[in-house]
Amino acid sequence: MTVDTARHGLLWHLRIALLETRFQFLSSLRLPAFAVPTLLFPLFFYFFFAVLFQAGGPSLTGPTYMLATYGVFGVLAPSIFGFGVGLAQERDTGALLLKRTTPMPTAAYLFARVGTAAIFGAVVVLLLFLLAGFAAGVELHRGQWFSLAGVVLAAALPFSAVGLAIGAWAKQQAAVAVVNLVFIAMSVLSGLWFPISMLPGFLQDFANVFPAYHLGQLALRTIDLDLGRPLWFHLALLAGQTAVCLAVAAAGFRRFSGR
Amino acid sequence: MALPSASDSALARLAGVSHRYGDVLALDRLDLEVREGEVLAVLGPNGAGKTTAVSLLLGTLTLQTGAARVFGSAPDAAEVRLRRGAMLQVSGVPETLTVGEHLALFRAYYPSPLPTERLLEMAGLQELRDRRFGKLSGGQKQRVMFALALAGNPELVFLDEPTAGLDLDGRRRLWDEIRGLKAAGRTAVLTTHYLEEADALADRIAVIHRGRLIAEGSPEEIKSRTAGRVVRCVTTISTETARSFPEAAGAEMKGQHLEVVTAEPEAVLRRMFALDPELGDLTVAGVGLEEAFLALTGDGAEPEGEA
Repeated sequence: MTVDTARHGLLWHLRIALLETRFQFLSSLRLPAFAVPTLLFPLFFYFFFAVLFQAGGPSLTGPTYMLATYGVFGVLAPSIFGFGVGLAQERDTGALLLKRTTPMPTAAYLFARVGTAAIFGAVVVLLLFLLAGFAAGVELHRGQWFSLAGVVLAAALPFSAVGLAIGAWAKQQAAVAVVNLVFIAMSVLSGLWFPISMLPGFLQDFANVFPAYHLGQLALRTIDLDLGRPLWFHLALLAGQTAVCLAVAAAGFRRFSGR
Repeated sequence: MALPSASDSALARLAGVSHRYGDVLALDRLDLEVREGEVLAVLGPNGAGKTTAVSLLLGTLTLQTGAARVFGSAPDAAEVRLRRGAMLQVSGVPETLTVGEHLALFRAYYPSPLPTERLLEMAGLQELRDRRFGKLSGGQKQRVMFALALAGNPELVFLDEPTAGLDLDGRRRLWDEIRGLKAAGRTAVLTTHYLEEADALADRIAVIHRGRLIAEGSPEEIKSRTAGRVVRCVTTISTETARSFPEAAGAEMKGQHLEVVTAEPEAVLRRMFALDPELGDLTVAGVGLEEAFLALTGDGAEPEGEA
């Protein structure tokens, strides 16, 4: 009897996933060390580099170009920190172990983390768009605004996979350092802070190993400012990189569940 | 309900379970049975394998050798999770959520959870519902973990060292709450390294030492098999005289103090006061668990005998 009523349907899964997301989001929002930099850094950087200094010069139509890359940057932070640091922390405190003894579906937990990153990302993107539209004079077609927002929010998935791979292996203290390093190095070397064309040639080639580079190019593609590589090229590499991250994460979890 | 292979009264069982961490053998062919409606205390010193045994019954650790069944199924089966609750040893939940929010989330995992008010009351958390987890004291946090273990109205509850790190007051409060479980007809498995705690709460005690079950029985049986109490004082009574007391299991000098091990401290004290009314600095304490385990493993014989 009890067992049959518990063969929960899709609705039950959905309900838990949404509740997990709600509480994950609340929990993150109440953590100033997470929420403040996540929401303000991209805006601050965009204002500083794109609006005040017009890095990249008029040929790259600075503020427009950088709207795409800072949008990707804005989603990178909550994804990689939420998964990388948040997961390592919940593992260290035992919260994750406790949840594994409950009926909570693992998918709901992952959904909540990606969802939280996407909500933070959406807020950042909205604020960036307002700043770009009103303060920086960026003009895009309505379709471009939407497709740019879509690409940027979709970035939460591959970036979460990167964070998951780190969080599955590193202890909390180490995770903070590793995530910061990956976060900053990947942002700069993928051309999220300033245009990739300002980097030396070999670094531009090297950028192909970073998911952030491909997401940056896909975002720029929506406003016709990318380097002109074919769509499949970026999508294929992104898919491969995400698969590698997920495999690394899965190996970490297997190790954690004890031989 | 018809669960196959659950014909006996055991709700959970480990049979012939061995577990290794690298070179360390944490469990050595352990058999353990949890019967319906009982509070079972798994008693043992640190490192005895208690948490490993519980982790195998919770399915958070992968079984290496032997068999583990809970409600006749694998310990991590979905239907088992629904009917079981757990309070783990090293466990915190996110600090920025309130007690009420944590309860709301855990209740949602189960088809027929206990009402929130009831959970708050059972764990003595009524006043703390809106307090964030990070702002709670150690004892209050343990009570939240206790409430989370009960959120799904489980038939079987695992409590892994629930009072570890609590002060006396916090321990007593949690004891009261664990007694409430028994009154509500739930089955509970409790690990502890305090004989006193096992005695206060359990119907049955399983003593584990170095990964093996070395004794099993009612608290009275286990206590009678351990050496009892240590009477310690400064006195003119000689060690030889003390050893000659019929109630004394042993006696020796520790610095200025004479220590007498006995199951009947009152009788020993009467004899001592009769011989030396001036004896001073008197304490009567429980035997340390290590000594109690030596008594159990050594089968009453001197531990340092020849092989």
